[in-house]
Amino acid sequence: MADWLTPEAWQAIRLSLKVSLWATLASLPFGILVAYILARWRFPGHGLLNGLVHLPLVLPPVVTGYLLLLTFGRRGWVGQWLDQVGIVLAFRWTGAALAAAIMAFPLMVRAIRLSVEAVDPRLEQAASTLGASRPWVFLTVTLPLILPGILAGAILAFAKAMGDFGATITFVSNIPGQTQTVPSAIYAFLQVPGGESAAARLVLAAIAVALGALFLSEWLSRAVARRIGGA
Amino acid sequence: MLSVALRHRFADFTLDAAFEAPDGLTALFGHSGSGKTTVVNAVAGLLRPHFACITDGDAVLTDSEGGIFLPPHRRGIGYVFQDARLFPHLTVRQNLLFGHWFTGRGRKAELSRVVDMLGIGALLSRRPAALSGGERQRVALGRAILSHPRMLLMDEPLASLDQPRKDEILPYLERLRDQAGLPILYVTHSPAEVARLATTIVLMDHGRVRASGPAAQIMSNPATAPMLGLADTGAILTARIRGQDADGLTWLSTPAGPLFLPQVAAPVGRSLRLRILAQDVMIATVPPQGISALNVIPAIIRDLTDAEGGVLVRLDAGGQAILSRITARSARSLDLHPGKPVHAVLKAVSVAPGTIGFSAG
Repeated sequence: MADWLTPEAWQAIRLSLKVSLWATLASLPFGILVAYILARWRFPGHGLLNGLVHLPLVLPPVVTGYLLLLTFGRRGWVGQWLDQVGIVLAFRWTGAALAAAIMAFPLMVRAIRLSVEAVDPRLEQAASTLGASRPWVFLTVTLPLILPGILAGAILAFAKAMGDFGATITFVSNIPGQTQTVPSAIYAFLQVPGGESAAARLVLAAIAVALGALFLSEWLSRAVARRIGGA
Repeated sequence: MLSVALRHRFADFTLDAAFEAPDGLTALFGHSGSGKTTVVNAVAGLLRPHFACITDGDAVLTDSEGGIFLPPHRRGIGYVFQDARLFPHLTVRQNLLFGHWFTGRGRKAELSRVVDMLGIGALLSRRPAALSGGERQRVALGRAILSHPRMLLMDEPLASLDQPRKDEILPYLERLRDQAGLPILYVTHSPAEVARLATTIVLMDHGRVRASGPAAQIMSNPATAPMLGLADTGAILTARIRGQDADGLTWLSTPAGPLFLPQVAAPVGRSLRLRILAQDVMIATVPPQGISALNVIPAIIRDLTDAEGGVLVRLDAGGQAILSRITARSARSLDLHPGKPVHAVLKAVSVAPGTIGFSAG
């Protein structure tokens, strides 16, 4: 079985899983925060924040990748500063995770925002009359009620992160073992004469991983729905 | 004592209300749209009125002039909403104990005492989705009580329930009023609930307070009583059971004199709240003879007030006010005028068991 895929392909799969997992987990708290703000607060700049969050969805991924390079590259205005504290993102797997997270962020926020909007604010009022301060209301009422939305948003973001190609390859290039994710590896195989069969196998592997993630998400969200709404 | 003064402008009307709510149950009565819910929301801190001064004893809850606004979670005011608002992701037990997580107080004994009082012991492990409307409202009541409030707000807690469910909850509200010693501000548009529960009444209309004061006074005052609805106009009496007669009648003593009611299922010495509807009181100028009514009370006419299609007569029976609604023709032909001694004829059945509440003392 292990021979069926080349070591390079295995490496790409492992890296893709690692990058997507970190991208999802690290962006989740921000996703919840931004979704809550967009759903519940009205302030000047609301439309701007909403547009900014959705930008990666409508920009060509290459443009997003290039902007990341400008910002987080070693000479970028954030990257320069990060470089001084010893953090380098460009051409590293962490950079791939950042690119994947940015690309997946709009989908994550949209899913969570929908579930926040579905929470009855009157339940939160009731909690406050029972002595719960704002943060406690969020932790004990809002958060449990939006859990299905968070789960859906996370799975969606994970899938999107697994599939990103343009932003990743632009920002962190295509270095085997470092930044070569599954899409980059498929692309690389296809650039070499006779690489089609290796690419096809990797495609099958990618499909298997994606299906597995989907089944897992179905099962999880059903379990959560049972816990929350169930009798 | 809760003291409320507030002004709030809405698109189509202005709320401008001030009243005081002493211990006991204060009914905020008015038709829908009169601003009652806005008042309780302001007391709870869920609404910030344009102008407000709300104090509870020494505690200042809202003072817009002084820039004071205590957030809801620090007010210690329990709120029972019309739509129970139980947390769907928690069991009944977790809902009940929700307030304990934040007040940091709570004993097992207390939970079981409240659970017993409300009769919800069998529901503890269920989720709100599996409860009936009446059960939900009782759990919401228990949840509010267990958060150790200094005061309880109830916004039409029975409005969404049918009559059997109302009858299921009313006794618990009476018990709460009489046993827990918790001040209650109770929003309703049901005269029957006011008559049964209120110790103080605040009458609201179009964002203004039309009248407020002790329930017995408001309900026996011909100027204010019709605001509760003419059919429900009537005096409230406090009575004490003196004896149970062998022929199935209960002997009660009241400030107006002794009364006889068909068997009241309560021990001798127990205090009762009686309600005598104005339309069930007849007036006789001479002691009636050969009459089936058991309860005839001598009284003096205090005043007469015109009320759509009739006359409301306020009678004074030993210091107790009783209202009678008669036709204008009868008032003329009997030559009724203030100061005239008469006899009030109450049919024993006019004091319906449904309007008997158990009050303290």
